[in-house]
Amino acid sequence: MHPKRKQRLIISICIVVFSSTAIGLVSYALRGNINLFYPPADVTAGIAPTDRAIRVGGMVVEGSIKRSETDLTTVFLVTDYDGSVEISYTGILPDLFAEGEGVVASGVLGRDGRFVATEVLAKHDENYMPPEVAAALEGKKPKAGSYNLGEGG
Amino acid sequence: MLAEVGHFALIIAFVLACLQAVVPLVGAWRGHSGSMLLAPPLAVGVFVFLLIAFVILATTFLQDDFSVKVVASNSNSFMPDIYKFSAVWGNHEGSLLLWVLILSGWMVAVAQFSRGLPLTMLARVLGVMGLVAVGFIAFSLLTSNPFERLLPGIPAEGQDLNPLLQDPGLIIHPPLLYMGYVGFSVPFAFAIAALMGGRLDAAWARWSRPWTNVAWGFLSLGIMLGSWWAYYELGWGGWWFWDPVENASFMPWLVGAALVHSLAATEKRGLFRSWTVLLAIAAFSLSLLGTFLVRSGVLTSVHAFAADPDRGLFILIFLALVIGGSLVLYALRAPTVASRVQYGAFSREALLLANNFIFVISATTVLLGTLFPLVMDALGQGKYSVGPPYFNAVFVPLMALLVPFMGIGPVSRWKQDAPSRWRQELLLPAAVVVLCALVLPVLTLGFNLWVALAVLFSGWLLAGLLRDFLDRTRTAKGLFSKWRRLTPSYLGMLLAHTGFAAMILGVTVVSQHNVEKDLRMLPGDSEDVAGYRFHFVGVNPVAGPNYDADQADFQVFKGETLVAELSPQKRRYRASGQVMTEAAIDPGMFRDLFIAMGEPVGEEAWAIRLQYKPMIRWIWFGALMIGFGALTTAFDRRYRLRERRLDTAETQAAMNSPAHAKA
Repeated sequence: MHPKRKQRLIISICIVVFSSTAIGLVSYALRGNINLFYPPADVTAGIAPTDRAIRVGGMVVEGSIKRSETDLTTVFLVTDYDGSVEISYTGILPDLFAEGEGVVASGVLGRDGRFVATEVLAKHDENYMPPEVAAALEGKKPKAGSYNLGEGG
Repeated sequence: MLAEVGHFALIIAFVLACLQAVVPLVGAWRGHSGSMLLAPPLAVGVFVFLLIAFVILATTFLQDDFSVKVVASNSNSFMPDIYKFSAVWGNHEGSLLLWVLILSGWMVAVAQFSRGLPLTMLARVLGVMGLVAVGFIAFSLLTSNPFERLLPGIPAEGQDLNPLLQDPGLIIHPPLLYMGYVGFSVPFAFAIAALMGGRLDAAWARWSRPWTNVAWGFLSLGIMLGSWWAYYELGWGGWWFWDPVENASFMPWLVGAALVHSLAATEKRGLFRSWTVLLAIAAFSLSLLGTFLVRSGVLTSVHAFAADPDRGLFILIFLALVIGGSLVLYALRAPTVASRVQYGAFSREALLLANNFIFVISATTVLLGTLFPLVMDALGQGKYSVGPPYFNAVFVPLMALLVPFMGIGPVSRWKQDAPSRWRQELLLPAAVVVLCALVLPVLTLGFNLWVALAVLFSGWLLAGLLRDFLDRTRTAKGLFSKWRRLTPSYLGMLLAHTGFAAMILGVTVVSQHNVEKDLRMLPGDSEDVAGYRFHFVGVNPVAGPNYDADQADFQVFKGETLVAELSPQKRRYRASGQVMTEAAIDPGMFRDLFIAMGEPVGEEAWAIRLQYKPMIRWIWFGALMIGFGALTTAFDRRYRLRERRLDTAETQAAMNSPAHAKA
C-alpha cells in the first residue's frame, strides 16, 4: 500500500475505534446516571416519577426536623410553599443544613410519597441559594443554573 | 486614597495592554522593527502596574480598610494576617486581578526567556497575549472593579472570609491553578503567532514546548492541591467529586496532556502540525470556558461566587471572539500542504496519535457531561444533573485504554518499529508484572479484581519505563556517566509516567478498600474500622482566633498499641456564624485514618464519620510527580542551546518569510 494511504488508514482506524468506544460508553453511562430536578409541588401533584433517581429541593420547614435516637436517620419536610415532601436521610447532614434553609436532596421517591435521600446538599455559603431552589421558590419554570456538587459542599 | 491609586494603576495597565496588543502586531505586519521592539518593555509595564494594583489591594486587606467593598465583604479584623492576605483572591474581583497579574507575569517571562526568538515572532506572541490581557483587564475594570468603595456608610467590621477558604491550601491552590490556566495563553499565543506568520515548523514547536510543559505542570499541581484541599477541608474525605468546576480545570488539563505529547511529535518529526495548533487553541479556549463556568454563576459549586449575569455575558462574548477569531485564522492560514513525513502503524508516532485521541475524547466526554445540564436547561428541557457515576463509567475505561500504549511508548522508536521487537523487549517484564498483579493484592489487602488490574496496569507502565531506562544506560560505565546521559526532558517523562502509575494504584486501592462508617457515638464508645479501634474520649470547647469550636478527642488503637490521637473540630466562625467541619487525619504512606464530626444528635451523642483510606496519598504523590516531571522537562538544555545557535539563521529566515505579506 502507498505509505501515505497507509498513514491515513491508521488515522481513520484510530478515529473509528476510539470514537465508537467513547460513544458506546457515553450512551451507556447516560442511561442511568442523569437525574431531573422536581420542586415539591410537582411531587405532591404526582408529576414526579417514583422508583427512579431524581432530585427534590426547597426550604426545610421550621420545626419539621426529627432525628432518630438510635441511628443517624433524620426526617424533615421540604417545601416550595405550594407543596411539601417528607425526606428521610440516614447519614451526616451538611454543616449548613438547618430549618428555614434551602436544600437539594437526591434519591428515590417511594410509592408512599416519602423521599429517601442518598445525598443532601445545602448551600456552602451564607449568602448563597441553590439555583433550583431559588427558581422553585419563585414559582416559575426554572431558568438558570444547575446543581451538582460533591457531598458535604 | 490608596484604593483610588490602585484603580488608577489598573487603568494604566489597561492602556499599556492596549498598546501592547496593537503596536507590536502592526509592527510585525509592516515589518517595522522599532514597533516590534516595544513589545517587551510594554509587557514589563503592564506587569509593573498590575503588580502595583495587586499590592495595593493586598494592603487594603491587611489594613482592614472596610471602605473597600471586597475587603468589607471578604475579610474581618479578627482573621489571622495570612488569611487576610489570601482573602485577596478568595473573592471574584481579587481573583480576577490575580488572573491578569499572572498573565502579565507570563508575558514578562516570555519576553525575558525568549531572547533567541526572531523579533517578528516575539512581537506577535506578546501582541496576542496583550490582546488577551486587554480582554481580561477590561473585564476587571468594567464588571468587577476590586477597588470599588462603600461610600457613604463604611461598615465598622468586615463580613469575614468564607471559613472553607480560611485554610493554608487556599493560599497556594488558586495561584498555582492560575499559573496553569493562564499559562496556556503562551502556547496559544505561539500558535496564533505561527499562524499569522504562516510558519508552523519544528522551530515553532521547540519554542512553545517548554512553555506548554511548564503551564501544564502548574495546572497539574494546582488541580492536585485542590483535590487535597477538598479532602481535608470540605470535611468528608472525598478527593474528586466531578464537580463542574473541577471539570472546568480538568478539561484543559486533558487537552494539555494531548498537546504536550503532540508537540513532541511536531518537534521531533514535524508531524501533526495543524493538529497541534488546534490543540493549543483548544487548551486555552477550555481555560477560558472554565473561567466562564466558574465566574458566571451558571454553576453551583464551592468555587462559584455570587452570580452576576453581566459578568457571564462578558466572558461568553470574549470566549466567542477568541475561539471564533482563532478558528477563522486557522482556516485561512493552516498549512494546506500535508507534511511529507511518513510513519508506520507500529511506531512512536502511532502511539502518540493513540494518546492524543484518547485524551481528546476523554476531554470531550467530560465536556459533554459538564455542559449537558446547562444545554438542557437553556433549551427548557428541565434541570438535569450529571453525577459522578456518568464520569466514572466513561472516564475510567478510557484511561484504562491509554495504559497499554503508554507502556510501550518509552521503548518505541520513531518512524518505523516492529511488534516483534516490542515483544522481545517487553515479554519478560510483562510476565513479571502479571505475576505481581496476581500475588501482591493477595499478600496485602486480599485479592480484588480491580486492584489486581491496577497493579497490572501500573506495573506495565513501570516495566516499559524501566526497560527503556536500562537500554539507555546500558553502555555507560559508572553511575555518574549513566546519569549524565539522561536529559531533563527524559527524566521529566520518567517522573511523570511513574507518577501516573502511582495514581492508578492509589485511586484503585482507595476506591476498593476504603472503609467509611457514619455513626452515632457517645463519649466512651469504641468502634472498629478496618482493624483499627477508634475510642471516643469526649468533647471539649476550644476557642480559636476567630471561631469557637467543639473539639472531640479520639484515641486510635491497633491491637493494644496507641496509633494516633486525633481531635476533629466543629467550628462556628464568630463573624458570620457559619459552621465548619474540621476533620482530623492521621496521614500515612499506606493508609490515612480520618475522623470528622457531624452534628450533636441528642444527649451527649454526636454524629461521627470514621474512615480508613488506604493509599490515598499515592494519588496526590503521583499528581505531584506528574507536575514536577512536566516542570523538569523545561530545563532541557536543547531548548536554550539550539535557540542561540539557530538564532541568526532563523531571524533571517523569519524576516524574509512571506509572513510580512498581508494575511
